[in-house]
Amino acid sequence: MITSSYGDIIREGLWTNNPGLVQLLGLCPLLAISGTVVNALGLGLATIATLVISNTLVSLLREHVRPEIRIPVYVLIIASAVTAIELVMNAWFHGLFLVLGIFIPLIVTNCAIIGRAEAFASRNSVPRAALDGLAMGVGFTGVLVAIGALREIVGQGSLLDNAHLLFGEWGRGLRIEIFPQEHGFLLALLPPGAFLAMGLLIAVKNLIDARLEARPIPTATPEPKPAQP
Amino acid sequence: MRFRTCTSPHIVPGHSVGRLMRQVLYALVPGTLAMTWFFGWGVLVNVVLSVLFAVMFEALMVALRRRPVMATLGDSSAVLAGWLFALAVPPLTPVWVLLIGTAFAIVVAKHLYGGLGYNPFNPAMVGYVVVLVSFPRELSLWPSPEGIMEASLTFWQTLQTTLTGRLPDGMDWDAITRASPLDMMRDSLVAGQTVTEVTRSPIFGSFSQTEWEWAGNLFLLGGIWLLYRHVITWHIPVSMLLSLAIIAGVFWVFDPDQFASPAFHVFSGAAIIGAFFIATDPVSAATTPRGRILFGVGIGILTYVIRTWGGYPDGVAFAVLLMNMVAPTLDHYTRPRIFGHSRDGHG
Repeated sequence: MITSSYGDIIREGLWTNNPGLVQLLGLCPLLAISGTVVNALGLGLATIATLVISNTLVSLLREHVRPEIRIPVYVLIIASAVTAIELVMNAWFHGLFLVLGIFIPLIVTNCAIIGRAEAFASRNSVPRAALDGLAMGVGFTGVLVAIGALREIVGQGSLLDNAHLLFGEWGRGLRIEIFPQEHGFLLALLPPGAFLAMGLLIAVKNLIDARLEARPIPTATPEPKPAQP
Repeated sequence: MRFRTCTSPHIVPGHSVGRLMRQVLYALVPGTLAMTWFFGWGVLVNVVLSVLFAVMFEALMVALRRRPVMATLGDSSAVLAGWLFALAVPPLTPVWVLLIGTAFAIVVAKHLYGGLGYNPFNPAMVGYVVVLVSFPRELSLWPSPEGIMEASLTFWQTLQTTLTGRLPDGMDWDAITRASPLDMMRDSLVAGQTVTEVTRSPIFGSFSQTEWEWAGNLFLLGGIWLLYRHVITWHIPVSMLLSLAIIAGVFWVFDPDQFASPAFHVFSGAAIIGAFFIATDPVSAATTPRGRILFGVGIGILTYVIRTWGGYPDGVAFAVLLMNMVAPTLDHYTRPRIFGHSRDGHG
């Protein structure tokens, strides 16, 4: 396998091979937990931690695991990491832990994580694997938070509601109210809203990609206007 | 698109999408006028505004997709979607609800899927279900005919109410709104009353509320005219109304105190207009003869199930959307035998 540069690994995870927008992996938590920014951020951070830990461990053990039993071994590693993270969240972010509920243990079955273990970590050195876990995790969290923000604004007219669950008591002041909650567009908070927001985000990403591709190779002279697709 | 053929005497049929859609619009006129008569100017205001918004969104999306705007608007499909949406929502619905509903109908349900001919779901019903699920308060305020008559809102007052969402001074919603027959039947049955006790109340006519029956009759008239003009076939309306009547009849015979009569189900709510105008949408419905019958039966049964045990008083919109989802499968398994071929499609 061709070893990719650190820059490539970061670019892949954040944009060109984003788990949420391009690989479409881990849609279950992506759609279920993206009702508000804080829920999305909480689950995103837990996913980042899991990805970094599991990618590092899988990469460390890649020489010692026989290919026939690699999947059960990966699942064990991921499950151990998630269990540890679940206990940490139960201890320090108990409110958020109760809100996220079943979706924390369900990180084990997030295909983005086992996908990275199988496709990247099992074939690359430890620093690369750890960086890939971080980049993919941040890319996933970015999408999660973007969908969360969209749904929270449209659905209940606020931003960063319940921030104290994540940031402690001072977080209560972070809540921004855009319009009263009773005028919210209920559909955005229901499951169809998650699918619509996701579809719109993918469309925006494709639009940006198309514009970037249509733009001629940048030269010394700055362009007056972006090219039309 | 019309293919011109030269030589030989050919009869050129006048069919085009625009002509078809306009005939459906003509057939909607008597029922719409009846609803305006019973429920006030609000119905007409809804229709005008929704059609305006629908055409606006259609023009916007067609322009964004770089297609010929005037030619696409000429097929009147956006007008029809806006009109059907307007008849589904209560009169006096605030204008922003109409705007959001038509936006979802035209932008999301129609053009994001590829425009007319590619939409798997009935656009008008998608718009209606979106606002029904999102704004339950606004969508439950059905004015009662008596309330409208007492309030006697003028056309301008109605328009003002729709635009501002507030009734003129000295009137309030409680005075002019009332539960529709389906709502009332549902709530009273849950509260432990029997069907006879509910239908004995003065607002009920012989089958359902008199005004609803009359609107239904006139929509039925329009539907029969469509059948006569061969715009729609008999399969979907007949199978839908028949299956609704049969399943309602079975439960009614079983326990007439707990379940409303088949006639009540057929003549109240959106059953008639749904059977003739909404379920027969040529794009999102099944297209083979046997497929259409199954499609209609599915809508009839689902409508009854949702009305009787579901969370909403009327289920026609949900039933149509659910059956839209299976229409391609129905078409696949009910393909008619090609002439000269054996049953398994060979030879």
